Amino acid sequence: MNAILDWAIHFATLCFALSMVFGTVRLIIGPAAPDRVLALDAVYINGMLGALVLGIRFGTTVYFDIALLIGLFGFVGATAMAKFLLRGEVIEP
Amino acid sequence: MSLLAIILLPFLGSLCAAFMPANARNVEAWLAGTAALATTVLVASLYGDIQAEGVLRASVPWAPSLGLEFSLRMDGFAWVFALLVAAMGTLVVLYARYYMSPEDPVPRFFSFFLAFMGAMLGVVLSGNLIQLAMFWELTSLASFMLIAYWNHRVDARRGARMALTVTATGGLALLAGMLILGHIAGSYDLDVVLQAGDTIRAHAWYPAALALVVLGALTKSAQFPFHFWLPHAMAAPTPVSAYLHSATMVKAGVFLLARLWPVLAGTEAWFWIVGSAGLLSLVVGAYLALFQRDMKGVLAYSTISHLGLITLLLGMNSPLALVAAVFHIINHATFKASLFMAAGIVDHETGTRDMTRLSGLYRAMPITATLALVAAASMAGVPLLNGFLSKEMFFAETVFIDRPDFQRLGLPMAATLAGMFSVAYSLRFIHCVFFGRPARDLPRAPHEPPGWMLAPSALLVFACLLVGMFPAHTIGPFLAVATQSILGASTPEYSLAIWHGFNLPLMMSLAALAGGIVLYQLLLRRRADTVPLLERLDGKRAFDFVQTALSTGSERLLRILVSRRLQVQLLLIVVFALAAVLLPLTADRAGWTLASPGLPDPAFALLWLVGGACALGTAYKAKRHRLAALVLSGGTGLATCLTFAWFSAPDLALTQLTVEVVTVVLLLLGLRWLPRRNDASAPDIPTSTRLRRWRDRSIALLAGGGLGSLAYIVLTRPAGEGISPFFLEQALPLGGGLNVVNVILVDFRGFDTLGEITVLGIVALTVYALLRRFRPAPESMELTQQQQEHSAPPPDTDAVLPPGPMAVPAVLVRLLMPLALLVSLYFLLRGHNAPGGGFVGGLVLATTVILQYIVGGTVWVESRSRLHPPHWIALGLLAAAAAGCGAWLASLPFLTSLAWHGSLPLVGELHISTVLLFDIGVYMLVVGATVLMLVALAHQSLRAHHRKPARAGEE
Repeated sequence: MNAILDWAIHFATLCFALSMVFGTVRLIIGPAAPDRVLALDAVYINGMLGALVLGIRFGTTVYFDIALLIGLFGFVGATAMAKFLLRGEVIEP
Repeated sequence: MSLLAIILLPFLGSLCAAFMPANARNVEAWLAGTAALATTVLVASLYGDIQAEGVLRASVPWAPSLGLEFSLRMDGFAWVFALLVAAMGTLVVLYARYYMSPEDPVPRFFSFFLAFMGAMLGVVLSGNLIQLAMFWELTSLASFMLIAYWNHRVDARRGARMALTVTATGGLALLAGMLILGHIAGSYDLDVVLQAGDTIRAHAWYPAALALVVLGALTKSAQFPFHFWLPHAMAAPTPVSAYLHSATMVKAGVFLLARLWPVLAGTEAWFWIVGSAGLLSLVVGAYLALFQRDMKGVLAYSTISHLGLITLLLGMNSPLALVAAVFHIINHATFKASLFMAAGIVDHETGTRDMTRLSGLYRAMPITATLALVAAASMAGVPLLNGFLSKEMFFAETVFIDRPDFQRLGLPMAATLAGMFSVAYSLRFIHCVFFGRPARDLPRAPHEPPGWMLAPSALLVFACLLVGMFPAHTIGPFLAVATQSILGASTPEYSLAIWHGFNLPLMMSLAALAGGIVLYQLLLRRRADTVPLLERLDGKRAFDFVQTALSTGSERLLRILVSRRLQVQLLLIVVFALAAVLLPLTADRAGWTLASPGLPDPAFALLWLVGGACALGTAYKAKRHRLAALVLSGGTGLATCLTFAWFSAPDLALTQLTVEVVTVVLLLLGLRWLPRRNDASAPDIPTSTRLRRWRDRSIALLAGGGLGSLAYIVLTRPAGEGISPFFLEQALPLGGGLNVVNVILVDFRGFDTLGEITVLGIVALTVYALLRRFRPAPESMELTQQQQEHSAPPPDTDAVLPPGPMAVPAVLVRLLMPLALLVSLYFLLRGHNAPGGGFVGGLVLATTVILQYIVGGTVWVESRSRLHPPHWIALGLLAAAAAGCGAWLASLPFLTSLAWHGSLPLVGELHISTVLLFDIGVYMLVVGATVLMLVALAHQSLRAHHRKPARAGEE
């Protein structure tokens, strides 16, 4: 059982890392700005999930806080950028 | 203690005078007069003590840990000088009351006047060399302010600047000289230094100390070749000239030479440096005084000449000459101040000081003329006046000096020549102004001034007469006290009699008188308005030349050494940093080995691949695609955050994450105001540019690679015995917390944190203040492209949801608000024992607030509720400081944490600590600072849109 969990955890971590890499590829090549913003959001989601898996792996709840914070605010950057692309200005009057 | 009062009284008076209304002429004069008179009485009352004890001392601890104390010392010489300064001050205040016009801002005048008096008394009474130098500089500053009193006049400003430059430069030299003297003597205490004369004269550094101290003294006393500032200082009001530039400040130089006479004098170097400066000033000053048109100009050059006489006497290395010098210091002060007052009266009553226009004033102002006549006769050295006595002593010294032949012959001849000049210019001063036919075209009809204006001058002239006729009974005892305090046991016998019989000095006096009269007759025939022979000797021109040369030279040097271009500066910094790191590495190659870290976790390797790629991408895109670079940097930030998490540093991970979010918003806000880049790049880049780029690229690679490998080497080496075990072990027992990072921040190094949050608050307020006045580039002032295409409706403060694309996010973000508030408080409260703390919590709250601004718009949010970020900053600082001060209640040092651990009904076990209050302070400050800065940026667009915010109190 433990061996399976171990394997699964490692596999999951690797998968999240790989998906972050793919997200990064999009992040770099673009081509358009919205593509990049979306890619960043995807990378953040993967990062959050990776943090959760790390929490299981190291057996501590601290990582859930990190995941919580990414969950709460990971989208702020993307939102701000989206607003910037949409209106040319983050905070309008 | 009365010594201290002597110094403090004028300064206190100065402070009071500064805060009086501008038209309080009489009150000011009464105040200054009372302060000066009280000081005079205080000084005079000490005469008995001085006679009995010799030296009075008083000291107040200043910086006891450095062994520094404010020490005052008064001996006979200092007493005479202090009395001179105080009494002359009293007389000049009385004179100034009538001289200053009602339009002049008198508080400034009397305030600086009294401040100068205090500083001068400080110079005279200092018992410590460094303290003396400090008061010395204070007199220079006060003199600067007083010369520039009529600051609307160009000549006043220029004269003041020149005087300050010369005397302050001298003051610096003096300080250096004092440091050397103190170093040789082993103490800066004047008593110790005065005892160490033999040691100092034998020391290898004696010439340097001598040169520096003499430089200070000569510049202050306007001695050749630094004399040129004094005539230009005559732009000052006449009371200032009478007080500072004849009686007191310029005497500070000769005072110092006499003060240090037992220490520095007695060598060949002293004779040649001091003596020749004195002799040149004596002759050249008297010669130039002959050709001045301005009455005060004559007096200024005559002052240079008389100070030269004193300097020469001091330079003669003979005790008798020293007695004559001290005597002449007193005499010169009396007759010269009274002459300055006469010049001021003439200027005041006729409107001009030009001697070619003035004539025959005797009829209009007989009393003034008589007083000036007597004072000028004393200046010329006419018998039965005090000037005659000291001049006679001077002549005697030149005759009986024990030097090789040509000096024995030359000195008396030069002295007689200077005496002739002196008689001639005194004669001219009186004859030209007061006699002859009455002048016609004067600006004002001359008449006698008010009686009180004449009184000070009359008193001084009376003193001249009294001392001149009964020297032994009037000045004798004081002179004895003064000279004895300098010379001690080696005080020579001298006689103050008027009649010494027909001897050589008397012949010289008579020759000077006769020669002076003849010279004046010759001078009357002369028509030309120039100075013969010494026309080209102009110190002002040399001064200007040196000043111009200095500024152009430094500009040239700056042009060679400094670049305004950022690229060059960066290049230099990076290359030097590279070299600085490489140098020690080439010397010691032991640490060069790159240990293999072993194979990392593949997932971790991928994470770093992501981070590295994003970082490189950021750098690549930063120039042309700012938004893309910003997005990519977000990827790097996430990778960093996860790396912290991986290596079990959750605190860092949390902080990194929140900082990342706020940074993105901040940069996006700023991006709006950056002007658009001109992307039309030239297709063919010149070879030189290509080469330069390759050079920069390789330097960047070298530096970056070097830094990376350095970090790698350090990280892969076995860690030394650091301080971390201490913190890990002591966090719970000493700090009462499980989260070591937080305990360090708020407890072990709480003082650091307090400083940091203070700086953060200052920075936030500064950014706010700067942005209030910031005007963006014109091309970014207009609406953005998107806003022009789809113009937004005007902000509606009553709407529940903003119209348009932001409606859905607005709903979500509003739901987020209470949740995020809860999370932020949770992080704050648990911070002491688990990851979190005030900083992270504060950033979380600040982020939610900013989110509301993003989706709702500035006007909408601020019509609902308005945070007052400055209040948050203030309260946060207060809370943190209160937490620190709380420890005082338990009589513990600042910022010691106090904790209470117990249990309450219903609530259960509870742990309350002042550390929490401190953390709340951090929390509030972070919220305030972050929101203040971001919202200040957001308000830029509010202004650009030229719409008034609905209820915002901004501006």
